Amino acid sequence: MKMLIVDDSLIIRRKIEREINLPELTEIYTANNGQEAVEIFTTHEPELVTMDLTMPKMDGTECVKQLVSINPNTVILVISALADRATAIKAVKYGAYGFLCKPFTECEINEALTKCIAFSKELRG
Amino acid sequence: MITEKDIEVFIDGIKHYFRTSTKMDIVVDPPYLISADEITVNDYTGIIGISGERKGFVLVTAPADMLRYLVLSLGEKSATPDLVHDVVGEVANTISGNARRSFGAGFMISVPLIVQGQPSRIGAAKDTNGYVIPSRWNTFSFHLVVSLQ
Repeated sequence: MKMLIVDDSLIIRRKIEREINLPELTEIYTANNGQEAVEIFTTHEPELVTMDLTMPKMDGTECVKQLVSINPNTVILVISALADRATAIKAVKYGAYGFLCKPFTECEINEALTKCIAFSKELRG
Repeated sequence: MITEKDIEVFIDGIKHYFRTSTKMDIVVDPPYLISADEITVNDYTGIIGISGERKGFVLVTAPADMLRYLVLSLGEKSATPDLVHDVVGEVANTISGNARRSFGAGFMISVPLIVQGQPSRIGAAKDTNGYVIPSRWNTFSFHLVVSLQ
């Protein structure tokens, strides 16, 4: 399974990539803003995406909308510091599957992605 | 106008960041009020602009040695200059974003502006006040500054 990590912070992109301990994820791509994410998504067609919200050029909410319009079966986990309930609800409304709040632990990211992988498998039958 | 309750939100936020990310607690010393033109910064500063229902800024300013140690504590094998530069912005972004749990979605945050050394301007009017929240992590001292209308 292919996954795309979208975050404008280098240290967060590397942290997610390093702490993932899930054999199902065989190919990882990274993007540092929404615009770059759409380009990589179109080229590599990842089944799973982790998405930051506050980013330059194109923010995460707009990017979620665009990715879902390209492939509605993409499973998107929003990973953001924006901790209010309304933001999480908005992200899900636009097509995200789940929401993980920063800062997160290694255990939390692996648990969240395990659920995403299971959901992605369900979607693909 | 910043209230005591507002300050508590940021103190809780910075404690939560370090406890979750590094498994180490920080010590927070008593906050104090200063005017925006009195703010002194350390080697690296991450600045978040606040707009919407509140206006102002949140900044984290820290010595390079602390940020190098923080990068290593986050699991990196080497504290390269780009990671040191990035991490101060991420700390400021996380604390500011987490504050929306208390302030709501009308508390809009910008992407981080990261400055090495003394910034030419913080982005605040001269008559703006801010609270400095002095903090210590490991052997290092750093400051969180919150200025909100």
